[in-house]
Amino acid sequence: MHTEFLMGNEAIAMGAIAAGVNLVCGYPGTPSTEVLETVAKHRPEGTYVEWSVNEKTAMEMAGGAAYGGARALVTMKQMGLNVASDPLMCLSYIGVKGGLVVLVADDPGPISSQTEQDTRRFAAFAKVPVFDPSSAQEAYDMIQEAFALSEAYGMPVFLRPTTRVSHGYASIRVKDPEEYTRTVPEGFVKDSRRWVIFPRLSYQNHIKIEQRNERLAEAFSASPRNFILPAEGKMKDCRRGIATGGFSYTYAMEAREQAGAFPLLKIGNPYPFPEGKAVEFLKDLDEVLCIEELDPVIEQALIYVCGKYGLKTRILGKQTGHMPTAGENTRDSVADAIRLFLGLKAVKPAEDTPPALPVRPPVLCAGCPHRASFYAVKQAMKGQKTIFCGDIGCYTLGNAQPLDMVDTCLCMGAGLGIAQATSHLEPDTACFAFVGDSTFFASAIPGVVNAVYNQASFTLIVLDNSTTAMTGHQPHPGTGRTMMGEIVHCISIENILKGIGVETVETVDPLNHALAVETVRRVSALPGVKAIIFKSPCVVLARPQGRVTIDPEKCIGCRKCIREIGCPGLSFDGKKAVVDPAQCTGCSLCSQICPVQAIAGGEIHA
Amino acid sequence: MRKNIILCGVGGQGTVLASRLISAAAMARGLPVMSAETIGMAQRGGSVFSHLRIGEGIYSPMIARGEADLILGFEPGEAVRMLPWLKEGGQAVVSARPVMPVTSTLSGAAYSAEEMIAYLKEKVANLTIVDTEKALNDVGSPKVLNLILLGAALHAGALGFDETEMRDAILARIPPKFHELNLRALSWAGQQQAAK
Ligand code: SF4
Ligand code: SF4
Repeated sequence: MHTEFLMGNEAIAMGAIAAGVNLVCGYPGTPSTEVLETVAKHRPEGTYVEWSVNEKTAMEMAGGAAYGGARALVTMKQMGLNVASDPLMCLSYIGVKGGLVVLVADDPGPISSQTEQDTRRFAAFAKVPVFDPSSAQEAYDMIQEAFALSEAYGMPVFLRPTTRVSHGYASIRVKDPEEYTRTVPEGFVKDSRRWVIFPRLSYQNHIKIEQRNERLAEAFSASPRNFILPAEGKMKDCRRGIATGGFSYTYAMEAREQAGAFPLLKIGNPYPFPEGKAVEFLKDLDEVLCIEELDPVIEQALIYVCGKYGLKTRILGKQTGHMPTAGENTRDSVADAIRLFLGLKAVKPAEDTPPALPVRPPVLCAGCPHRASFYAVKQAMKGQKTIFCGDIGCYTLGNAQPLDMVDTCLCMGAGLGIAQATSHLEPDTACFAFVGDSTFFASAIPGVVNAVYNQASFTLIVLDNSTTAMTGHQPHPGTGRTMMGEIVHCISIENILKGIGVETVETVDPLNHALAVETVRRVSALPGVKAIIFKSPCVVLARPQGRVTIDPEKCIGCRKCIREIGCPGLSFDGKKAVVDPAQCTGCSLCSQICPVQAIAGGEIHA
Repeated sequence: MRKNIILCGVGGQGTVLASRLISAAAMARGLPVMSAETIGMAQRGGSVFSHLRIGEGIYSPMIARGEADLILGFEPGEAVRMLPWLKEGGQAVVSARPVMPVTSTLSGAAYSAEEMIAYLKEKVANLTIVDTEKALNDVGSPKVLNLILLGAALHAGALGFDETEMRDAILARIPPKFHELNLRALSWAGQQQAAK
């Protein structure tokens, strides 16, 4: 054992390596992405790692590996589990032979997600046991236990960190390579009565799953992952307790240090719920406050336990208005709630009125080619009735002023469906769906097939910056690189579209503004499904070293450059526009807009 | 030693690397460290922070209000935003240069760094304002604000680590071709003090 300073996600990856993982696959998604990247970086001989095209494929890959007795890890964010839920639900019924750990990172807040869904809830729905770590150390330990448990019972197991666990860093105790488990899978053994899901088999397995989960609940009650801290010191006779799990446990423990050692129940396995441990905790208490994020999972489980075992303890939390129903907990919100609950004096924050702070919504980077793409479509379609359907990725930021070019954003690939439906019902509307390159491969292709088959009429705009930018630049099928470090054939978006039957597919550099506008005008006027691929690399990856300068003699201070494109590299000094050399990439979009050619330098896009 | 540090600024300013260097110095001394930071969409020009906690007996990487010993502000407005987290008598080291949010550039609503700095001066007795413009010019790179600020905190006695420890962290954590530049940026504040 030695100490390392690791991000929660790195700790999970190193834990998986220590557990002898044979295959790791997933799809990028904040806050889960670094797990797979870390495995790839430290990839042991014989371990296979890939970014799959989407979460469904990744889940099927991992299931397949575990069919052959391998230890497999599949990683995704909570939204990704929706995509992967079909194979997961069936895997739950069919089971596995090796170890299958499903890493799903939840995102209270939400900080970078569309929903605040709770994977602990999904675990109960899928009847799959779940580990809920509170810290990087616990995540490191839990993933190893999760593999062992999965293998012992032949079932998938969830590990569910939340953003603060996944992205928090800590110095933790990790194993030396000599201590790692080695897994040599037996390989797939034919047995159609086991691996082919039929209604009768599902029925039989359902009975076994329910029995197994009862045994698991008992095992979890005996596990150190679910424990009680008794009241101590001045709190010795306290008949009020706190039940908590996940990252909120760390907040509760900090509060316990300050307010005194109240009784505490920590749940590390929210499903199957360790009822025995809960009864032991509840039986001597009058009231329990539940502190957790997302859904009231522990809270409802405790209410259920009280009913089932005839306990009189009052359970408080989200459902009783004692805790907020949405959003993240914080050190302060938890400390305040606990003080109030225990009848202690509240700590009053100092009254103060700071000057008005600037709002700082995230924006597209200076020089981002998406800005140019959106601006070109905006200019081309001025005055026409339009709908601009956006999607998930950096380009969602195209909704911000002054571009204001995202009318809808739902989930990955959904823009295509929304654009098609609109085209059928409102034929006088010019319909556009914007989709990034990674999203195109992950979830847009069936939408294109659907549109061509069902005679929709819209313009598909593929924003191809040759990476998965929002999540930190992962390769995908169009980039020609794999996570095993191989250089492979790039799958061509253009060829896919043509193969499906999209007749007009044009590829343009969006930073050539005049050409981009002309292309959009011409192509969008055609009937049926047509596509424009705006191809230009992400600036964060390509790091262009160019820079423009504004001649203050020539600048007439009209602010057009600022008003039209909102590049963070441009600002106004009161009289003239100025360029921030630390941000400008020299994309030259602004210089193509300036009516008096005051902006010079940068790249030429012709 | 027990220390709570908040680093705050705007996505892309390099707060994460600065946080990592302090952590490395603490690790080298054998101290337990926890940290938490903003990752994701906010990194695209939004407000970002790093919480960094050093010492024994810590459960959560997050710092509570009134608990930070030091705020390392990469931007004056962002330092003001984090001020409720500074403990009474805590220290702040803040870059004087504002980063204009696109929203205020667009609306023309001026956002005044002077107002932010005046407020900081009123509230924080132990305050170091760094002349970022001059520092970046002297060092000769627009990209090393993080090391300039670390150096300023170091020389204001706010870090709890000495220059050798920070240099070692840089050598261990940053690719060799950037060593010279980053070490120069780290020592800038010291040279200013010596010149006075
Ligand atoms: S050239 Fe103009 S639009 Fe492009 S990054 Fe520089 S300032 Fe922004
Ligand atoms: S568009 Fe040209 S003239 Fe107008 S403010 Fe910008 S640089 Fe100056």
